[in-house]
Amino acid sequence: MTDAEIFDKTKEILVDQFDLEEDEVSLTTDLTNDIDADSLDLFEVLNRVEDDFDIKLAVAEDIKTVQDLVDKIKEQLAA
Amino acid sequence: MEQLKIVASARQIPDRQVTNQELSTMMETDDEWIYTRTGIHQRNVVTTENTSDLASEVAKKILAKSGVSPDSIDFIIVSTMSPDSLSPSTAAIVQANIGATNAFAFDLSAACSGFVYGLSVASSLLMSRYQRGLIIGAEVLSKLVDWKDRTTAVLFGDGAAGVLVERTQDNVGLLGEELRTFGEKGDNLVAGRFANTNPFSENISPLDPYFHQNGREVYSFATREVPEALQAALETAQVTADDVDYYLLHQANARIVSSIAKRFGQPVSKFPTNMASNGNTSAASIGILLDELIESNTIHAGQTIAFAGFGGGLTVGAQIWKI
Repeated sequence: MTDAEIFDKTKEILVDQFDLEEDEVSLTTDLTNDIDADSLDLFEVLNRVEDDFDIKLAVAEDIKTVQDLVDKIKEQLAA
Repeated sequence: MEQLKIVASARQIPDRQVTNQELSTMMETDDEWIYTRTGIHQRNVVTTENTSDLASEVAKKILAKSGVSPDSIDFIIVSTMSPDSLSPSTAAIVQANIGATNAFAFDLSAACSGFVYGLSVASSLLMSRYQRGLIIGAEVLSKLVDWKDRTTAVLFGDGAAGVLVERTQDNVGLLGEELRTFGEKGDNLVAGRFANTNPFSENISPLDPYFHQNGREVYSFATREVPEALQAALETAQVTADDVDYYLLHQANARIVSSIAKRFGQPVSKFPTNMASNGNTSAASIGILLDELIESNTIHAGQTIAFAGFGGGLTVGAQIWKI
């Protein structure tokens, strides 16, 4: 899967979860400060990412931005 | 269908209310933080009672509502993770308190799935040779809470509720169920750990009575496994999700309930909640909600309802009833 494909799929999840416009999500989007996601929102996003990418994401604390999330997904897909 | 009738229900909630506001004077938290993440505004705690007191009041109320005599009850199951004692069981204490002289009684430990697990066991007993049983979920979780730990202290409350269930010729009963346990995930939600302190011990494990949970794992478990269990129960019951009038889920967290409703593709209006005023009362929560909804006639004869408990174990249990 290319980086662009990973980002697009991740963006789809975020747009749906937080009822956003597509252009509100970029790699630099901060999940807490820009989207106002709390810890349970992040749990929900991580669960959906796990389900949609068929991976396991262990820890949420170091995922702050969409870039962080995409990097984690890439890491797990390569494992 | 196992032809069984829920004859009467009752609940017992302690009088002392502890609001989020009051908790914010005891630990670093606030109402907005707690409510947005859990849906809880307050919880109720005992001040003088213990679990058997709450459970006994439920039993007495059920006897009064149903008019049945205590000596006609065949068995009493109390589902609890916070018994008065390991021996006697809370159910045995209830049996004595209400004079159910012909009933055998035992506690059932399945944490927040306890009410559904209890109903399952009761159904099997009733379909085998018994006629009438009391199933009560009763908890004093306030004695398992570390009141200095804001990650868990805000979540839990005390309470009890139960039902009287009988064999019946009426066209009502248990249509289907699905009970599952995931013991390999058990360490994600723990409470009441005993120390191994005999004089021969080589590996002394510490005493740790308090709740600890891995929030992420518990949230993931609940939002994934409850829809699966409900679907399996519906298939056994040969009923569709649309046919169910109300889904009574364990009242752990409003966000978990709405996430489950969304994953299950059913309107959230079919998933009533009451954790705002009770907090998470573990095995008591479904029964408390059921009794409230019966009292308001929201739930009544002729409906199809689903119960789903989930939590410590980790366990999940779903049932579909025609009432």
